[in-house]
Amino acid sequence: MHDLLGLPIDASSHGHTIDEMIVIIHWLMLVLFVGWGGFFTYSLIRFRRAKSPKADYVGVKSHTSSYIEVAVALFEGVLLVGFAIPVWSNVWLSYPDENDALVVHVVAEQFAWNIHYPGKDGVFGRRDISLVTSDNPLGLDRDDPDAKDDITTINNMHIPVGKPILVYLTSKDVIHSFALPLLRVKQDAIPGQAIPIAFTATMTLDEIRDQLKKKYSLADGHLPENLSTLVASTDYNAGDGTPILAKGELLNEDAIAKLREAGISSIEASQDTPVEIACAQLCGLGHYRMRGTLVLNTPEQFEAWLEDEAAYLE
Amino acid sequence: MADETSKHNSQKQAEGVGVGTHAHVHHEEHHHEVSFIRKYVFSTDHKVIGIQYGITSLLFLFFGFTLMMVMRWQLAYPGEPIPWIGLLLGADRAPDGIMLPEFYNQLGAMHGTIMVFLGVVPLAVGAFGNYVMPLQIGAIDMAFPKLNMMSYWVYFMGGVTMLVSFFLPGGAANSGWTSYAPLAVIATTGQTVWLIGMIFLITSSLLGSVNFIVTIIQLRTHGLTFMRLPFFVWAQFVTSFLLLLAFPPLEAAGILQLMDRVAGTSFFMPSGLVVSGIALPYTGGGSPLLWQHLFWFLAHPEVYVLILPAMGIVAEIIANNTRKPLWGYKSMVYAAIFLGFMSFVVWAHHMFMTGMGTTISAFFQTTTMIISIPSIIILTAFFLSLWGGSIRFTTPMLFALAFLPMFGIGGLTGLPLGLAPPDIHLHDTYYVIGHFHYVVAPGTLMALFAGIYYWYPKVTGRMMNDMLGKLHFWGSFIFLNGVFMPMFIQGLAGVSRRLYDGGEQYAHAQSVLQWNEVMSVSAWLLGLAQIPFIINFFLSAKNGKKVGDNPWDATTLDMAATTSPPLAHGNFERVPEVHRPPYEYSVPGAERDFIPQHERTA
Repeated sequence: MHDLLGLPIDASSHGHTIDEMIVIIHWLMLVLFVGWGGFFTYSLIRFRRAKSPKADYVGVKSHTSSYIEVAVALFEGVLLVGFAIPVWSNVWLSYPDENDALVVHVVAEQFAWNIHYPGKDGVFGRRDISLVTSDNPLGLDRDDPDAKDDITTINNMHIPVGKPILVYLTSKDVIHSFALPLLRVKQDAIPGQAIPIAFTATMTLDEIRDQLKKKYSLADGHLPENLSTLVASTDYNAGDGTPILAKGELLNEDAIAKLREAGISSIEASQDTPVEIACAQLCGLGHYRMRGTLVLNTPEQFEAWLEDEAAYLE
Repeated sequence: MADETSKHNSQKQAEGVGVGTHAHVHHEEHHHEVSFIRKYVFSTDHKVIGIQYGITSLLFLFFGFTLMMVMRWQLAYPGEPIPWIGLLLGADRAPDGIMLPEFYNQLGAMHGTIMVFLGVVPLAVGAFGNYVMPLQIGAIDMAFPKLNMMSYWVYFMGGVTMLVSFFLPGGAANSGWTSYAPLAVIATTGQTVWLIGMIFLITSSLLGSVNFIVTIIQLRTHGLTFMRLPFFVWAQFVTSFLLLLAFPPLEAAGILQLMDRVAGTSFFMPSGLVVSGIALPYTGGGSPLLWQHLFWFLAHPEVYVLILPAMGIVAEIIANNTRKPLWGYKSMVYAAIFLGFMSFVVWAHHMFMTGMGTTISAFFQTTTMIISIPSIIILTAFFLSLWGGSIRFTTPMLFALAFLPMFGIGGLTGLPLGLAPPDIHLHDTYYVIGHFHYVVAPGTLMALFAGIYYWYPKVTGRMMNDMLGKLHFWGSFIFLNGVFMPMFIQGLAGVSRRLYDGGEQYAHAQSVLQWNEVMSVSAWLLGLAQIPFIINFFLSAKNGKKVGDNPWDATTLDMAATTSPPLAHGNFERVPEVHRPPYEYSVPGAERDFIPQHERTA
């Protein structure tokens, strides 16, 4: 059912609880719909005027339907008490200790996601709306000693897998909604409130790309659609061993031409940035393009990224 | 004049005088000619007002649908010029015929607003309720005919206000039909006009609902006890309470939001907002979530305002076309009342993603699961009513039957949205759009069409054409599903709603983008499928087959006790007295397969 419903890859530690509920409820829906539908179709055929010229004043005499209604109500009760309420409070609303987690501030604005890391000292620097400029959309006070090592990015969030992430989410202007479809995370970003969300990623970007890879034909001048957003899923070399495309490298027409020359007629590739931050709440005319990317690193890759960013700051 | 008549008659009814005897009241009081304007424009006759509501709301439905057909071009072919009308839209909406995102957002907000507040509700309540309900209870008019007239004209002004807003600088409202603050407070002038329009529409509904409640309680004819009311009347009765009790908070909230926009208050505006790098002067520390609570406190009961009258219509048509009483009439009535009560305590399930704690979310999840039970009871009663019937597949019956599985899909897909954890993935995706459209479009709209085909002969004295009706039915049924079914697929994949390019920017949407074209083509074909209806609607008024007084051999007073069309004043030649339950079809031992409610002997 999971695949039949077309649910996306789940790259979070809690997502399976949500998916299980979606699957169970769709089974219930299917059973009820087929049951009702069967009864409905049979009744329409069996009791059409030609077949049943005189109606029966009383109709159904049995109480089966009441038992079915009670059964449905009980099933809903089990879903509610057994799944929904505990999942919400024990899974979705369970927050890690700040010392064990990576704490990140996300500040939404029309139409971008500002990501704020505390840097090496683990302390967030002061932010002040009077300091907001186009270069400093968060209004971060770089004179504050705590802010000196703070790392900020726009529309690009890096996190390590396996470590709890604690996001404090807010907005500068209107209500946005911070959605990570592949991590089953969604939370409205509301100005005037900082709302915590916690999740743990379980798959790295490379692993997700591997799972999503598809074969694209290069024969007869075929070019994959959206070429510039695809990366190679493995290394491709020419016959003499000269590298043409490395795993993770973006496709381009040049490389495709070389692949053809080397006699390669199809290529495995996947989307460059399949893990996304989507805005799920109408936030104005640019709502549709308020897209960020989420880079899921191994802890080592993440440390290296932090080092790079710190070096860039200095 | 008519209110005088009504008072006179209600008094007589209260005294038990003049009922069941020749109601000559109107003959005495109306020898003078009523002017054209008083008869057709500023009429106080519930039937004329019902027709006014009907035609106006059908025009708005068509207009709201057109907005969506234009939107669907942009969703299927983002960035390509809109054919035919693209260049007529103007450079501030669609330069070179290519739709701007701000115009897309206007179309989205206004499609929702128009379909709900100017289309479906006025048709379901204003038109059907006004025309049919007094006839079904044996009343000669509404309790307050002048309020009734005022209700229509205030609605009309609300409609004109909404239409005019398209021509303002910056265009119409573009912050969704939900008008969430702060977005709506900082939006262009169209939003101010939207709020004013909403205040008109809410006022109209309040005037109407008071009238409905009083009429149903006070003007029922002799013998028409509550448990003998046709289910349609019960549905309108519960609906009126929902309108009366749920709309005032939104009217207040609308005025507060208007003040935030024009008077610089900050009811819904928190302090410290920075928009496009500029700090806003709101310092009152307001709450954007307060708006959502007030909005959904109306807007959830509003869902049942859309559904209940539809169920009422379906009940009448199913009983009539199965030729047997509704199965479980009493449990349906109790379920409808319970549904009405519960609809006031489920609103925050629209707000699970606003940062809700365990206790509040547990409460709203529980109430949401509870409210699904009466809906299931009513739907089950409809299905069971078919068993043992002698089913006639007339055009109204086809539409009424289609309502059942379509509303079923709409209701069932509400389950994963009503429980907070699955809502994390599905909230604000196309799944939600699919869900509520199944309730309102293939569900309620099918029922409303059923009602039009069913009562048309009563209103005009002529039948609508059956072949055109069936053509209309099959076209609508197929293409409605073509429009809305793929929305579930996109929603499960996680595609957000309200995206100007239909999700083209997003990697996770790529695998389901091809459905955009399928949905759009279905929407345009759905538009074409309405042509037989439009032709039928107008031509049948002149050329349709003439009918007798009870065109469907029905039992309720509206069909059985009046002429077709009913008398201009007073409705009945004799005010009928009721002797039995509403759906006495195929009574064992009876001569005919129906016994009208007002017939003395069985």
